Amino acid sequence: MREKILSIIEKNSRIDLKELAVILGVEEVDIVNEMELMEKEGVICGYHTLIDWEKTSAEKVNALIEVRVTPQRGNGFDSIAEKIYKYSEVHAVYLISGGYDLLVTLEGKSLKEISSFVSEKLSTLDSVLSTATHFILKKYKDHGTILAKKEVDERMQVTP
Amino acid sequence: MRNPLSETIVGIKPSGIRKFFDIVSEMKDAISLGVGEPDFETPWHIRDEGIKSLEKGKTFYTSNSGLVELRQEICNYLKRRYDISYRAREEVLITVGGSEAIDIALRAMVDPGDEVLIPQPSYVSYEPCAILAGAKPVVIELKHENQFRLTAEELEAAITDKTKILILPFPNNPTGAIMERADLEAIARVIEKHDLFVISDEIYSELCYTENHVSIVNIPGMWERTILINGFSKSYAMTGWRLGYACGPEAIIAQMTKIHQFCIMCAPTTSQYAAVDALKNGDEDVAKMRESYDQRRRYLVHAFKEMGLECFEPFGAFYIFPCIKEFGMTSDEFANRFLQEEKVAVVPGTAFGDCGEGFIRISYAYSMERLKEAIGRLEHFVARLREENAKNS
Repeated sequence: MREKILSIIEKNSRIDLKELAVILGVEEVDIVNEMELMEKEGVICGYHTLIDWEKTSAEKVNALIEVRVTPQRGNGFDSIAEKIYKYSEVHAVYLISGGYDLLVTLEGKSLKEISSFVSEKLSTLDSVLSTATHFILKKYKDHGTILAKKEVDERMQVTP
Repeated sequence: MRNPLSETIVGIKPSGIRKFFDIVSEMKDAISLGVGEPDFETPWHIRDEGIKSLEKGKTFYTSNSGLVELRQEICNYLKRRYDISYRAREEVLITVGGSEAIDIALRAMVDPGDEVLIPQPSYVSYEPCAILAGAKPVVIELKHENQFRLTAEELEAAITDKTKILILPFPNNPTGAIMERADLEAIARVIEKHDLFVISDEIYSELCYTENHVSIVNIPGMWERTILINGFSKSYAMTGWRLGYACGPEAIIAQMTKIHQFCIMCAPTTSQYAAVDALKNGDEDVAKMRESYDQRRRYLVHAFKEMGLECFEPFGAFYIFPCIKEFGMTSDEFANRFLQEEKVAVVPGTAFGDCGEGFIRISYAYSMERLKEAIGRLEHFVARLREENAKNS
């Protein structure tokens, strides 16, 4: 049941719990208990909203930064990752296999704000060897949802 | 000038759905629950294989029976999913949708005067196809109290010495009924006793919500007497690709292939390449879609219960078939008023046979948002009808 609940609320965290119980064919109280448990266990980490900021007047710039670092004796990449993720501008930090070590996603108000974060804060950290910054120009699909086009029902209205 | 038309075709009445379609298509803001095809698009990896085949120049006819690779994949699939065995080269024919398979199976198996048993409510093409094949269709009216399953008694009662074929349309459109193993075992005894053959239309086999679908072919003694029909439309959301198949004893498939060869040549090549990928890599897509339909199904069953609308729980396909007899009007009247007053299109049960009177077909091949909106309107409508009836009585 856990995976089923999660796959539904991952797409719609605002779903009515009574309805969730109906469509999964279980009791509402079981859903409530399971969700509380998952919150406690840290399986459910938050209930976010997927926003297409492009459609608002807010000025936002997103960037992906590839970071190469020197891992530290004893705790590998963890302590440098922690130094980076503590900045509030930083949205996400992933340890990556391949050509670089950490992928950092950033949100800022302008290109300038992001560049200055990279040059003044990120690059100057001791174990950071190099960075490569990529600005996001357009989001087509985010969190499994297509932002670019509206879906229309192409089917005929009545068929046998 | 002489009458250019064949009496046979003129005598066949057009599909009841057509009439309703015309009314609905004139209403711009109507929302429809009347569609008999999945709301999902074909999974991208399947479409991609179709595109790749075009890029590679696979634009020619395939063999009449269809790509051997596809027939082999169908055999693997039937074995894996339903434990049914066929030989790819001799016992499988790729057709233009399940519809073509129904037509040519009938044409390959009946002579004038033979009777074809057609349980109703059911899909609209069995009766006309039987007539066009020169046979006499004999309707078996399925009953709500049996959850619209076919019973051995009903079958026995319909058999005459002319009866040759039984059409077995389960999981069923429009009722959502299924036949469980015990139900099939019971009718199999009658089929054997009277030496009948079966055309089993299992196009909705992947959409069963209690346990895995059981084919009549799984019942001992039935493989030899059955043409199994299935396809890609419902399970893989590939309606527009027009691809189905028929499997059965070599002697029958060979004759069906002859008709297919003269009328069709071969099923669309692009679709065949895409279908190979569907069978190889599509299990997960099917499971996801099934889970989605199941959630909507539970939602509707619950909603009808809350509304106090009589309805048996459907275990297959993507239709629910509530009873509207309490309102004292025909299915046609109900569907028309519902459309006029609440702008929601549902299909009258009578489109699927006279015994569909008193029922409407609601398709849940729609998003939850759409279903909720429509069910809200149905609640409204039902409340108003009950109020009207209370005043008049």
